[in-house]
This record gives sequence, structure tokens and C-alpha cells, in this order.
Amino acid sequence: MAITLTINSEPKSFDAPADMPLLWVLRDVLGMTGTKFGCGIAQCGACTVHIDGKPVRSCMLPVGAVRDRAVTTIEGIGASAAGAKVQKAWLDLEVIQCGYCQSGQIMSAAALLTTTPNPDDSDIDAAMAGNICRCGTYVRIRAAIKQAATGRQS
Amino acid sequence: MTIAEKISAEKISAGKTFNPVSRRALLTGGLAGGFLLAFHLPVRAVNEPVQPPDVTDGKFAPNAFIRIDVTGHVTLVMPQVEMGQGAYTAVAMILAEELDADFSQLTLQHAPPNDKLYGNPTFGLQVTGNSNSIRAFWKPLRNAGAGARAMLVQAAAQQWQVEPASCSTANGEVTHKESGRKLSYGALAAAAGSQTPPKDIPLKDPKDFVLIGKPLKRFDTPDKVNGKAVYGIDAMLPGMKFATLASCPVFGGKVGKVDDSAARKIPGVQKIVVLDDLVAVVGDHMWAAKKGLEALDITWDEGPNARISSKDIWDDLRAKSEKDGVVARSDGDIAKGLATGERMDAAYELPFLAHATMEPLNATVHLTPDSCEIWTGTQIVTRVQSEAAKAAGLPIDKVIVNNHLLGGGFGRKLEPDMVVAAVRIAKQVDGPVKVVWTREEDIQHDIYRPVYRDTIAATLSDGKIVGWKYRITGSGVLARWLPPAFQKGIDIDAVDSAVDLPYDIPNIHVEYVRAEPPAVPTGFWRGVGPNNNVFAIECFMDELARKAGKDPIEFRRGMLGKQPRFLAALNLAAEKSNWGQPLPARVGRGVCLQPSFGSFIATVVEAEVDEAGEVHLRRVTSAVDTGIAVNPDTIMAQIEGGLIFSLTAALYGEITIDKGRVQQSNFHDYRMLRIDQAPKIEIHVIKSGEAPGGIGETGSTAGPPALRNAIYAATDVALRRLPIDRSLIAARKKA
Repeated sequence: MAITLTINSEPKSFDAPADMPLLWVLRDVLGMTGTKFGCGIAQCGACTVHIDGKPVRSCMLPVGAVRDRAVTTIEGIGASAAGAKVQKAWLDLEVIQCGYCQSGQIMSAAALLTTTPNPDDSDIDAAMAGNICRCGTYVRIRAAIKQAATGRQS
Repeated sequence: MTIAEKISAEKISAGKTFNPVSRRALLTGGLAGGFLLAFHLPVRAVNEPVQPPDVTDGKFAPNAFIRIDVTGHVTLVMPQVEMGQGAYTAVAMILAEELDADFSQLTLQHAPPNDKLYGNPTFGLQVTGNSNSIRAFWKPLRNAGAGARAMLVQAAAQQWQVEPASCSTANGEVTHKESGRKLSYGALAAAAGSQTPPKDIPLKDPKDFVLIGKPLKRFDTPDKVNGKAVYGIDAMLPGMKFATLASCPVFGGKVGKVDDSAARKIPGVQKIVVLDDLVAVVGDHMWAAKKGLEALDITWDEGPNARISSKDIWDDLRAKSEKDGVVARSDGDIAKGLATGERMDAAYELPFLAHATMEPLNATVHLTPDSCEIWTGTQIVTRVQSEAAKAAGLPIDKVIVNNHLLGGGFGRKLEPDMVVAAVRIAKQVDGPVKVVWTREEDIQHDIYRPVYRDTIAATLSDGKIVGWKYRITGSGVLARWLPPAFQKGIDIDAVDSAVDLPYDIPNIHVEYVRAEPPAVPTGFWRGVGPNNNVFAIECFMDELARKAGKDPIEFRRGMLGKQPRFLAALNLAAEKSNWGQPLPARVGRGVCLQPSFGSFIATVVEAEVDEAGEVHLRRVTSAVDTGIAVNPDTIMAQIEGGLIFSLTAALYGEITIDKGRVQQSNFHDYRMLRIDQAPKIEIHVIKSGEAPGGIGETGSTAGPPALRNAIYAATDVALRRLPIDRSLIAARKKA
């Protein structure tokens, strides 16, 4: 079916079956490969995007269910204040190793800071436990979220 | 005469400590012969989506690694791949240090497949593994940088009619000290190319390093925060199709029959590819391919492995581990040693593990009658090229491999199987096809970390170990993967840290039994042989310490009189972890000291075991002497990450087999440690002027024994198998 979505504030029109997960629309139809495939069953968080600012696993979200809600991906998250702060903190603390999961980590962290500007450890645990990092960058993710929130190195 | 007897005879005739083959010897001698610096470059670049071809025309290209254009822009060609370990940045630091390039103005590009130009000196192959990017390339790249610098200096000196020795370099410029004249590397690029490279170029004194030793920012990370980084799975080509596949769930099984009538009706499904051992569905996108695959009705011809289960594999391994092995090290008189004092015996077992890189297996292939082009991320680009050529039925020079950033390697991408499968599928597809494994296929068709069973017997006299007999039983991964390295029946990876035991024990005997598990393919997994060796050694050390009535660190100290670097690391870890300070009930600290990958590392894990047997990681402290720390921040990051990687395995990791099939399939039943379970981690890098050691796999080796010893301290239960069995440590009161 013909679908139009607003992705990173831009309208995108394409043909896709309504049951197709947003992940594959982004990657295979629109060529926006920053959003990653990790597990396909919403267990790892690599595919996290924002729908109206809330973190969602795009691997299980049928594109037909998005409708007129705003989609934000890693390619567009830097345009938001929280996203830009997270990206900067990620680089300041050299959080990233292989980086494959980090699109999803950054999307989850940016959503957290939008709703909870000064998260404590338990807020971070709750918001980030759905994102697996095989390289094991969790210690730095925690520190970077705190730095992004406070502007200070913890 | 058996091999073991032959080796013993050689030992006697040599009249000294016997150490026939070791990873160290391989590293020192190398299999590659000399390292080659070449002056011709292949024109074709890799990873076209993100970088231009490696054109050397009009540039100063003194060797395979360095290109300087007339504007002074420096491009460095990376012989090692970047899979998160920071090799790109550290390798660039080494080259730029001796070249005196402006580090803020560098461009990096992936090396194309070419063993002669870019081969890892240790292996003679273009391999990123064995934690040796820095160790293996340390000297060759310093020489390459220094050689290029010398040619630039010569060119400037010629132009100024002065002695080269009167010129200095910094930040991409040559300066004549007396006159203050300066020329940029760009201005010298043309003239430098016609210089004869000098011989025996002096390298910098480490005290003059301006880059090496600094925690410089990584090159690869800026594009990883905004979605721009291109991994193999991100390759996008015009007209590309997407495919996913199902291999026979039973190892070695074949496709019986396929009913594809339902799959063909799914919109977007283009083609069903049926090969002897797998079925793939090709579609307009992954979703169509995935739905098509689910709609197939496949009958598998499961073959003889369908009778095999984990119990058979363990029975087989345990039986083999009771037999004598090939001697890998023998010091003193083991018979006498084992007859002295009080004897302890133990056996340690480690399970199959999957790699589960976050980027699932994938390869994109465009096959035509006379060419094959591949987009993937691999640790072995030349082997991928040659195996793809075989699968495609083309000469090697018709196969182009575009290598990419890797979304995790961990040893999985030291194998070419995913590319071979993709080429076989591509034979039946017009135009390019991207083949992506589902997570389920990725986990169920891995090449697994082998099962191991290690048995150790030791004797204690006056609180010291006098005899140490250690037998390792498990796969010979290196024997399969690099046959020339398999000598005298010993897999030098499987016995690595057993042979390099740091402790001073008068009678040591190490032997190896090669035991390949039925059905299940085995391969390298981050930390490889040392993971197994260090686990057995360090667990047993704690049991012996307890028998001797000594503190575990004090017990180890007593055997490190000849090992100042180990002793310093151990003392620092003890101090920083508050070793010996009181802890609450069911909380313990455990230590691990490891001689692996040329680094000297001591680690203390502090963990709590609750009444239900659940383990809570509180804190990990590592002290690391890895020689000259090229990029200290990367070293810390690698140990932090390696610890999490290995603690994940200790807490959850086990692949089990039932009816010839892997029982786990995705992250719900092959669990990963998550941020809410991650401990505090402190890494202390010890300053050193020694040559660099390896670091990428050291954290993976450190975690499990230190955790197990912490649990031992907390519960008095001496676990001898991973993953941790909660039922053994639940609700047992401290004695």
C-alpha cells in the first residue's frame, strides 16, 4: 500500500505492506541504514527509533500502525537538544566500540533525557536495560548519560 | 615411540626446560617470513559506499600504508579491521607518530585484500585476531612511518642543499632548524617519491613520542553516533534484492523436500533458492524474504547427527580427557613432584558458546559470469576472497571484496562460511543480493567456542605447590584454521596460557588431548585458548590456597618471585580493590592473574550471591601492564568491555544440543548481561616502557575465574563448571 510517514521532520512516501515492520521500511525501502537489525523480537534494542518522542523497537512495529505520528531515527536525533547532548557525551567519553548497537542506545538515552532530565542510576537501568551491547560499553553509557544530563563528567 | 616419548627424548637431549611450541614462539618467529613493504598498490579500493578508490597517482606513496597528496593530506591504509577494538586509531597513531603527520588531518581507509601488502606478520595472512594488531604491526608500521618521513626529509634537504640531519619534522612539515625554512609534506610529495628510501632508519626514542601514550579520540566513532557508519549489513546497491535463509537445523543435515507454494504467494517474494544444505528466499526486502521463509514447508534429511545430544558430547569429552595427551611443557620431575606432599585433583569444564555479534551474519554478493563482488565485514579478507572464488568458480582476481566496519567480530568473522553461503545463493540471483541471517540462524549455525575439560593434579608441601600436572582436552581450533601452526600434536592456542604459567613451580607437566566434538563445528571465540587455561588454573589456585590455609593473593605472591610485572599487577589490583577489607555475608572477592596475549593483568571481582543463588556483580578492578600503552583509553575500554563479555558468558552462556540441533535461538534464551547488571569497573593502566602487549581479548580471559573465585569466597562452593549453576550456590550457609 502507499504510505506517507514523517521521518526526521520530512515526509517520505513509499509502497510497503502494512504489516511490514518499520525497521525494514527504513533500511530496505528508504535506505536509512543507521537503524540496526539485531534480533527481530524486540529483545536487543538495536532498532530503537522514536515515535512521537517515545522509544519504540521498530523491528516489531508494523509500518501501518505508525500513521501520522512523527518518526525520529538516529539520522535525525541530533536535531533535538537531548539527542545532540547524548551524541556529544558519547564522543566525549568514547563510549563506542563496534558501534552497531549504539544507534539504539543513543535513541533510548535521548528519550530518557527528554522525560527525565536528571536521571539517577535506577532511571538509567529502567530506560536502558532493553538495549544490549555485546562490546560491553555499559559503564561508559551510564557515565555518558549522566554527563549529558549535567554537563559534567561524573 | 609415541610423539610424547619423542618430545621427552628431545627434551632430555636438549638438557633444558622443554617448551616445544608456544604462541610466543609463533609471534617471535612468525610464519610469514619477512614483512614486505611494497611500492605498488592495487587500484581498486574497498568499501566503495564510503570511500574513494585508493588512487596513488600524483601522491607520495612510499609503502602500502601511507599516501600523501600535493595538498599535504595524509591517507593511511589500515591493514587491520576495526571491529570496536580501536585498532584503526592505534594503528594510525603508530604510523603518524614516526611519520610526524598532523594527526588531526588524517583519513583512514580499509585495506583491500592483499596478503603480501597487508598480511599480519604473525600469520602471513590478512588477519585481525589474536589480540595482536599492535604487537604484530608495532615494528613494521613504525618502520613504514619512519621510512616515509626520511624520504620527505631527504627531499627537503635536497631542495635546500642542506644535510638531512639538520632538518626536523612535526605536524606534516619539514623544518630546517638553522634557517627556519619550512616545507609542508604536500609541497614535498612529488620530490619525495623519487627519493631512495634509506636503510636502517632510526626510530624515535619512546620519550620523544608525541602521540603514542595519549588517550587520543577514535577515528571511527563520530560516524557511529549519527547513523552514517557503514557496516557490511548496510551495503546498499542499485537493484539489490534481499535474502534470508534456513540451514538444516541438524548439523550436517541436508534439504529433503521443499513445498514453496505458500511462500510464492507472498507479495515481494522473488525467488526460492534450494541448495543441498539450505533454503533461501529472495525478496524485495528482508520482510518479504523472512515471511517467505516462514511460509516454506521444508522437510529436512537430518542425517546421522540427529541422534547427538549434549550428554553424548560431554560423555565423549570426559572419556577422552582421561587418556594421556601430547606433552606441551615439562619442567622438573612430575612423578617425583606428584609423590611429594598432599595431593589435590580437580576437573574444570566450559560449555559451547555462540558469538552473537550484534551485527548478524551477512554478506552482499553480485555475481556475474566473469566477476564476483562482495560487501561484508570480515576479520580475514583474503581468505574470504579465495573461498568466494572457489564457491563462485572464478579465479581469485575476479573476486572483489569490499570490507567494512564490523558490528562485532569476537572471532566469528575469522570464518568465511557466511560469504560462501551468500555466493552460492547469489549464483541463482540476477543482480546483487544481500543475504542476512536472522538472529535465530546466526545463533543456531555459529562456529562455536569449543567445549573443554581440563584436569589438574597438584601437590602441596609447606604451603607451596611442588607438582603441577595439567591436561587440556578440547578442539584444536588453530590446527583446523592454520594447519602449519599445528606441530607435534599440540594446538598452541589450546595450551597457550598453560604453557606460559607464570607461577614458579618446580615440577610442571602440561599435556594436550585433541578432542573434536561430534557434529558441532568449533572456532575461535574472544579470548580463545587462554579463556579455558586461565579459568582452570586460577580456579584451582584458589582451591589450593584454601587447602594451604593461605589468602589467595598471598598464595600467588609466593610463586611470583621471578615475575616482577605479574607481581606488580597483582599488588596494584589488591590495593585498588580493597583486598582483605571486611565484606558483608555472602559477598566475596576473587582474583585472577593471567599470562595471556603478552600482557600482565590482575583482576579482582567483588560479587554477592543472594539466597536464591543469583549473582550480583558489585565491582571489578583490573591492573594492567601491557607494555607501552599506545592509546590508554582504548586499553581501558577493551578491558571494560572484555570483562562484560566474559562475565556474560560466566553468568548465562551455554549452547546445548538436542537431537543434533542447537536449543537456543535468540536473546531471550541465549541471555546477555544488561546495563542494570553491570558492575562498577576500574581499570588501572601501569606505565611501562616495554614493547606493547595484546589487549583485545584479555578482559574476556579475566572475568570468569575472578567471578568464580569471588563466589567461592562468598559461599565456600568451589564451582568447576560454567555457566554458574545457581542451584549449587543457593541457600547454602557459609561454613
